[in-house]
Amino acid sequence: MTFGRGLRPLSIASTVLLCGAFALVFFYAPNDADQGFVQKIFYLHVPMAIVALGGFVAGGIYAIRFLRSGDRAHDLRSYVAIHMSLILAVGVLITGSLWARASWGHWWVWDEPTLVSFLIVFLLYACYQPLRFSIDDPERQARYAAVFAIVGGAFVPLNFMAVRMAESLAHPRVLSTTGGTMPGSMRLTFLLALAGMACLFVTLCKYELASKSATMQLRALKRRLGGDEALAPLGRSAAPQSLKV
Amino acid sequence: MRRTVGALMRKDLRLELRSFESVPAMLMFSVSAFVLFRFGLDRDALAGDLAAGVLWVTLLLAAVLGMSRLFVTEQEQGGFDGFLMAPVDRTAMFLAKASVLFCFLVAAELVAVPAFVLLLLEPGWGQILPELLAVLVLADLGIAVIGTLVGALGVQTRARELIVPLMALPLLIPVAIGAAEATAPLFAAGGAGPLPGRWLAVLALYDAVFGLLAFAVFDFLLED
Amino acid sequence: MATATGPEAAVALAGVGRAYGERVALRDVSFALPSGATLAVFGANGAGKTTLLRILATLLRPHAGRAAVLGAELPREGWRARGRIGLLGHEPLLYRDLTARENLRYHARLHGVPLAAADALLERVGLAARADDLVRTLSRGMAQRAAICRAVLHGPDLLLLDEPLANLDPGGALAVAPLIGRQAGPARVLISHDVEQGLADADWVLGLRAGRQVLWGSAVEVGVADVRGLYA
Repeated sequence: MTFGRGLRPLSIASTVLLCGAFALVFFYAPNDADQGFVQKIFYLHVPMAIVALGGFVAGGIYAIRFLRSGDRAHDLRSYVAIHMSLILAVGVLITGSLWARASWGHWWVWDEPTLVSFLIVFLLYACYQPLRFSIDDPERQARYAAVFAIVGGAFVPLNFMAVRMAESLAHPRVLSTTGGTMPGSMRLTFLLALAGMACLFVTLCKYELASKSATMQLRALKRRLGGDEALAPLGRSAAPQSLKV
Repeated sequence: MRRTVGALMRKDLRLELRSFESVPAMLMFSVSAFVLFRFGLDRDALAGDLAAGVLWVTLLLAAVLGMSRLFVTEQEQGGFDGFLMAPVDRTAMFLAKASVLFCFLVAAELVAVPAFVLLLLEPGWGQILPELLAVLVLADLGIAVIGTLVGALGVQTRARELIVPLMALPLLIPVAIGAAEATAPLFAAGGAGPLPGRWLAVLALYDAVFGLLAFAVFDFLLED
Repeated sequence: MATATGPEAAVALAGVGRAYGERVALRDVSFALPSGATLAVFGANGAGKTTLLRILATLLRPHAGRAAVLGAELPREGWRARGRIGLLGHEPLLYRDLTARENLRYHARLHGVPLAAADALLERVGLAARADDLVRTLSRGMAQRAAICRAVLHGPDLLLLDEPLANLDPGGALAVAPLIGRQAGPARVLISHDVEQGLADADWVLGLRAGRQVLWGSAVEVGVADVRGLYA
């Protein structure tokens, strides 16, 4: 099982896209009329949010594939996708908070549905690794984690919709840009930033998959060379540690 | 299938009547919470969205108490093995447990909701009963589905009492939103307003999506 | 390795293995048990006997090899064998807050067996007087009798028994003998620590050590000393 295909071109692409996006953010995109320079954090916050949401849903899709096929490689992919998305989600919360502070004066605003949904989604997926860790048998751990990932993946869009409905009736969105329509220059920058973030996510996931897969192969080799006695027993872990058993 | 679900439900309801583990705890918790709210908010009469919020937060937290215990007897007394060896459709376990949890919720609410109206609700009963029932039923369906899923996910864990609430509460936030938003006009101080149909639709959608999803994936939790 | 006679062997295993994570509980177990015959399984604690029993009960999936129980390939066709297997494990698999009668009736409903059969069984094992007491109030011996009733209630073709006579007084052992003894009819896989008694009761013998099959033969060939060697 090779996981590390295409790492170099992906890494290069991510770097290029992100640098390009940053360049555009600072030199090309116009300043927002209301919020000024501070609004530029939007180019970091929203792409992270979109990619993280995509990652959670992808985690759910890989979980479905795992349950249908029994192939633990899908479980590994699901785990890595969710794990990375959780990290991005923390980034979303931090950048969102910074944005709120800089433009609205408070470290948190309840009126921004993206931010609120992410808080809820973060609270949910923060249980993913503890749930995995609490189950000893690796096969059962993978299955239960897959069920959780599927439920979470379905939950993410529903939650977003519900929160948005609850907020939109009370207040207009505060952290949106120029009343909803984006001028072309902003749109270009945003799309580039989104592409760069997505590329970065996929690259990082692939790196983690390659690393884990290499560790597993190393262990299998050690076992083949030295027998079972040569190996230290695997401790409990939230992450999948083997693709076979 | 119906026979199996019936057999499972009879067994669980009988066990609950014998041991009184879940429903009294949910009940007592709700009433205590109402008292706490009275002092915590320093108000002895609530109306509108504040009243709706207090009611639904309390009901949700009480429901979470019932969820952790749902599968514990099966796990500890070998109920899973007995069921898995029977020539029955395994999805019956999900249907039965969700129905049982629904019954527990209804039983607890039969006391908790009147207690709430009596203790804290400023406008009183009025004409709101049918609408309130509709919201309660839809919300309870969602809670029952999620509770069964999460209860089963947590059954293997030693830290069950911790992880089940942590998983269940975020998942139930859309139910909280829908139920509270739907109930708020019913509790309005100046007289009950109309029930916002959109929130009932949200609850129904949530129930449908998660109900179907749970139905599809639950068997995977029973294998091996 | 003995081959099964008759159209459908009760159990046929070839190279079956099962692991919990990296710990291998069973490795390369192969044997066949003809229908109606009795297999005695011996082995020290942790040798894999319970794992084997649970695989045969279709509760665990084999990780390696091929297993067929009552003609059904595991795990794909496990559902075909369900309902024809009776398991008596360490745990009685009874709800402690229900009475013996309620427990049996619940199992009767699950298996589609008439409720009267449950009551009749309770009579046969001498539990009629205590049938309406909660299982938590029964002594271990009484609970064991009730558990045996539960295991045979649905008329299984294969009985999986883990130390069935543990906790039973001689009266109890006599009462349950027609239900789970050789004369009852179904094929039996029997785990026992009483070497002589196990050998006397069995047609075939399987010995496990650390998950591996180290002993296999008909009960007349295998000697007591061979079996005792498993526990050394």
